[in-house]
Amino acid sequence: MEEAIRPPLPPGPIKWVRDNLFNNWFNSILTVALLPVVFFALVNVVLWVFTEADWRVVSQFPLLYAVGQYPREELWRVGIGLSTILLMLGMSWGKWGGLLRSISMAIGIAFAFFALLPVQHPALDFSMRAYLGANVLLILLGNWIGHRVAVKGSYILIGWAIVPFLFVFLLTGIEGSKFLPSVATTFWGGLLVTILLSAGGILLSFPIGVALALGRRSTLPVVKAFSIIFIETVRGVPLITILFMFSIILALFLPADSRIDRLVRALMGITFFSAAYTAENVRGGLQAVPPGQIEAAKAVGMNGFQTMVFIVLPQALRAVLPAIVGQFIALFKDTTLVVIVGINDLLGIGRSIINSDPEFVQLQLEVYIFIAVIYWIFSYLMSQASSRLETALGVSTRL
Amino acid sequence: MASTQSVGEKSTNIPFYRDERILRIFAQVISTVIVVGLLIWAALNFLKAAEARNMTLTFGFLKEAAGFPISNPPIEYDPSMSFGRAFFVGLVNTLLVSVTGVITATILGTLVALARLSSNWLLGRIALVFIEFNRNIPLLVLLFILYFVVFGQLPQVKESITWPGPMYINRRGIYLTWPRLTESGTPFVVLVFVGILLAVIAFVVLRRHREMTGQNTYYVQASIGIFVLSGVIGWALTGGTPFEFSVPVLEGFNFQGGLRLTPEFAGMFIGLTTYTAAFIAEVVRSGIQAVDRGQIEAARAVGLSTTQVLSLVVMPQALRIIIPPMISQYLNLTKNSSLALAIGFQEVFSVGKIAINQAGRAVPVFALVMITYLTLSLLTSLVLNIYNRSIQFVTR
Repeated sequence: MEEAIRPPLPPGPIKWVRDNLFNNWFNSILTVALLPVVFFALVNVVLWVFTEADWRVVSQFPLLYAVGQYPREELWRVGIGLSTILLMLGMSWGKWGGLLRSISMAIGIAFAFFALLPVQHPALDFSMRAYLGANVLLILLGNWIGHRVAVKGSYILIGWAIVPFLFVFLLTGIEGSKFLPSVATTFWGGLLVTILLSAGGILLSFPIGVALALGRRSTLPVVKAFSIIFIETVRGVPLITILFMFSIILALFLPADSRIDRLVRALMGITFFSAAYTAENVRGGLQAVPPGQIEAAKAVGMNGFQTMVFIVLPQALRAVLPAIVGQFIALFKDTTLVVIVGINDLLGIGRSIINSDPEFVQLQLEVYIFIAVIYWIFSYLMSQASSRLETALGVSTRL
Repeated sequence: MASTQSVGEKSTNIPFYRDERILRIFAQVISTVIVVGLLIWAALNFLKAAEARNMTLTFGFLKEAAGFPISNPPIEYDPSMSFGRAFFVGLVNTLLVSVTGVITATILGTLVALARLSSNWLLGRIALVFIEFNRNIPLLVLLFILYFVVFGQLPQVKESITWPGPMYINRRGIYLTWPRLTESGTPFVVLVFVGILLAVIAFVVLRRHREMTGQNTYYVQASIGIFVLSGVIGWALTGGTPFEFSVPVLEGFNFQGGLRLTPEFAGMFIGLTTYTAAFIAEVVRSGIQAVDRGQIEAARAVGLSTTQVLSLVVMPQALRIIIPPMISQYLNLTKNSSLALAIGFQEVFSVGKIAINQAGRAVPVFALVMITYLTLSLLTSLVLNIYNRSIQFVTR
């Protein structure tokens, strides 16, 4: 009976291995069988990444992956746009902190890393390093501004509302202008287009989605019917058919002389598609708001509009925020489909780099792995941010 | 003064722009006018464009010869056949890849979920890597990697990779050993099918009897017995083996026999399966984890065995949570099969796209493609929702 009174093993690596890898005979066999498989897989992956893989297809074209064929002499416009966004981000960090702090720090560290990277590379010349370094300072400056009491949160929100328009205006330019010559969207590409399409898609689809969700819950039969037909039709077909509809069929249904830019058409398709899914998510949130809330709002004399805007929607949107972030991640990945309608997003640029040189056809895996890693990092960070947001808003604990 | 008016007067004197009944009608009329107006405007523009470009607006072309080839059609097809037939070939391809994909993704996803919940840390990590890798990259990138890199770099037919089975993998596809029905196979299958039907009936009837009376009716054993018996009887009656294995054999420059999966189908199938399996794994995992631990402990406490705890307590409750998100995963898989266009597997959408490129058919072809997907989605969700309703709690 000496065994029974022996104290449990002290916490440590041996106890951990015992508890997690060899806690019964089945797990022991499993561990022994899996260890060599995992080991060889890891060794092979590491060997491939560091010795076999030829990363020229990635390292030679960093700007191409970032902005596509955007004219190099006009690149400063993308730079200023990015800097403005980072300044805003820094200010928001200073004002609200929390999740914004992690995002700002991550971006700042990444920029500082590339600015100080001790590698000779044509794209990393002095001006680029200076620009990256300046952006780090801009974020910090924004943080300092955000901490001032004089800077109200509403100012920053107004700034955020203006920035997207400013950014798009900077990128497109003015027809015939000397200082800001217009750049056709056919030259836009790479990560820039991916981010524009996904951010534009989610921002534009959100109000439409909320409107559709309210329409679907409406007591007006006609409005309800229209909303249901729209939502169910869009959700019933693949995104690619909608993209095709907007890129090919739409022109037939508009006056003969009207021309819509193809990037805008793709954005319209993505927005419509995303709106239907947002509507269903928001509807879930609306259903989760207890009827007592609405009755209480009515009782204190609010009208229907006030009840909706001040009582129902805030609670509904908070409840479905994680779902909406999840949908944003899906949308971000789905923007790759614009390749099929001939837009050079990140994946499209990868394809055209592969096709630009017969030598690169053998290096496809490197290109796709690089692109996959970029998507992976973005999506993974967004899902992490979503779960932190969920905790911060108390979605799973309150309501 | 408004405050002195009686209730009856008030409802008649209210100005029309504040009368809710009128506003309701007004809002509906406005929205109808906007939506219908937009549609009519679009239709008029379209008719003008159609007249100018001499476009077809009817579905008459469905009977015309298609004129384009489809590589490796699953059913008989050649370019002289009608476009309707070509479209049907595309539909069969969509259904093939969706149905097989749904089945394998469900199995793989459940296994990954169980691995994720395993008490073995290593296995759990492997499952986590699988899930996080697949969930966070675009499906199209995965498909490109599979089709252009993995299948593009496979060896020539002569140097096929051989796996036990035998199974040969080369640039032309995957060749599997596959059972084929012999002449006596068809009646055997019919008999076994009848056997399965009887087994299900016996299962339901005997179980209900047990639930009503409390007598042990051995319903599981009985139905398995009926199933096995039908197989034995079928074998004896038809005489001779119902199946034979068709083994792929290298003849000349290609393999004969067996089951050939084209690189396009295999790429699509593997891509859809692994991608969706990662999502299904998360669905299944959260469903299982949502079952209250107390339920399991209570079931143990009243003396149920591990199998009984799983089949009678955990699974019925987990399924209620799992089924609705699972339905949307199945629908996603079916819709994602349209990405096959990018790697040249010819399903509904890519067949449609070829026809769109032929002059003037864009709108009817497009309508056909949309209607097909809508019908598929609605049918799938209808069937699965009926199933879902049958397993949910009955609430007041």
